[in-house]
Amino acid sequence: MTESVGKVTEQIFKLPSDLLLECGKTLKNIELTYETYGELNSDASNAILICHALSGNHHAAGYYKDENERLGWWDALIGPSKAIDTNKFFVVCPNNIGGCHGSTGPSSVDPETQRYYGPDFPVITVKDWVNSQAQLADHLNIKCWHAAIGGSLGGMQALEWCRLFPDRISKAAVIAAAPKLSAQNIAFNEVARQAIITDPDFQEGKYLDSEKSPKTGLRLARMVGHITYLSDEAMRDKFGRELKEGKLNFGFDVEFEVESYLRHQGDVFSESFDANTYLLMTKLLDYYDPAENYKGDLVKAFETIKAKIMVISFSSDWRFSPERSKEIVNALLAAEKDTTYLEIESSHGHDSFLFAEDRYVSALTAFLGN
Amino acid sequence: MKTLEIINNWVTQNSSVLDLGCGKGEILLDLISSKDIKAVGVEIDGSNINECVASGINVIEQNIDEGLDNFIDNSFDVVIMSQTIQVLKDPRKALQEITRIGNDCIVTIPNFGHWRTRLSLLLTGKMPITDPLPESWFDTPNIHLCTLEDFELLCSETSIQITQKISFNSSGHSNVFTRAWPNLFGASAIYKISK
Repeated sequence: MTESVGKVTEQIFKLPSDLLLECGKTLKNIELTYETYGELNSDASNAILICHALSGNHHAAGYYKDENERLGWWDALIGPSKAIDTNKFFVVCPNNIGGCHGSTGPSSVDPETQRYYGPDFPVITVKDWVNSQAQLADHLNIKCWHAAIGGSLGGMQALEWCRLFPDRISKAAVIAAAPKLSAQNIAFNEVARQAIITDPDFQEGKYLDSEKSPKTGLRLARMVGHITYLSDEAMRDKFGRELKEGKLNFGFDVEFEVESYLRHQGDVFSESFDANTYLLMTKLLDYYDPAENYKGDLVKAFETIKAKIMVISFSSDWRFSPERSKEIVNALLAAEKDTTYLEIESSHGHDSFLFAEDRYVSALTAFLGN
Repeated sequence: MKTLEIINNWVTQNSSVLDLGCGKGEILLDLISSKDIKAVGVEIDGSNINECVASGINVIEQNIDEGLDNFIDNSFDVVIMSQTIQVLKDPRKALQEITRIGNDCIVTIPNFGHWRTRLSLLLTGKMPITDPLPESWFDTPNIHLCTLEDFELLCSETSIQITQKISFNSSGHSNVFTRAWPNLFGASAIYKISK
């Protein structure tokens, strides 16, 4: 493993303008928390935007205090001489609005009312994110991104950048994404939302003012979500039917390793994530459909695009399968856009985009380099 | 004239070109630099695809045998299928598809009717192994070899017009013999076809 970008610090950018949201409301006093890695060159032509996924954040690479702590979520790909090479590029990763890791979201205090936004935080969209990030780009003097890169919901965001600001982006890598959610995708999200909303501690979203929060619901939501991030094969390889104590106990406590793993994932997540943010992010994902204003015609929706786009899917991803990526590719081809498509062999399911698989890394490196 | 030069001659400036089975993108790169074409390659081999990406060529990872219906009718000025048709499961379908997608198509094929192949089969009684067709019958990717006569017959049966044709000897040259008796002296041939 090559070295990481090292110690990083988060920065806060206060948006100079209010944001008129797609839902019609206006959001004021927005703050974006972000991190940067590498140096911006003199003509500001080497900037890369990293778009995080559903539950991600701005801490994409490096560490805060010491190298033994957990590294940023995409440290495998971002760093010196890595796929997204911080020796060459100035990498920017903001936490999306509505998030719960620093940027303005439901768990922030509304400066006007001095109360938590909570359930009153407006339902934002991918378009709103892109608009907020455009203000961040202005602040950083980036007129045109060399590239925007994102996996899953982050991929949709990168695609949206190409649609909305065709002159401000040269390339985009749209990884493990889909042009919109399927009924099955929405169904999984709905189960997650119901788990949260039906938790008695949810208190109609106003739990931040109380001592309790819907951790049980959030934990369940994450457990369901997590199953969709892994492939059958990855689960079989990692856990099989291994028993924690080596024998059946004929009860309902943790017995299989996979149960233990899921519970652990749920526990960690419910301690660090905000339930309202989870509701918001899943809803936003359900809403995403660039073709909505074009009578479902994705080709028309892509007409404004000028960027070169590389779409990447993973063979074992069933959440957003290669077929879904191909829908994006075919519409881009029909719209006569510069398009490249790769289907990477990987057993990690939807999570594959997080791993530094050789062919994936070399394709990304080549795409960003030329 | 070699294949690459002929393809170059047959493609007009600024046209859109789809190369099916584009390999490392050699043909497209040549056309991009000399004819400023809008290029798309289709390839199945991962390392070839990465080479195309490194050269800045638009490339789509796709198995041609699984269909080409993601490409719309007449969406390219030229579709190239070089030394590819003989490895496909359904060459007839492929020909119909490329002539649907491209206004013009350029197809190159190895000629199984070449005198060396004929002689080799006659004298040894075994499947011929020659320079253009070096693999044994059991591990060759070329599952649908044909002679130039066969290819032309299939075109005529599927109402595909052959507008140009040049055949080459084993060293890639066109000469008096390949012009007079292409199906005997041509080791391979290049065709320009359309619907």
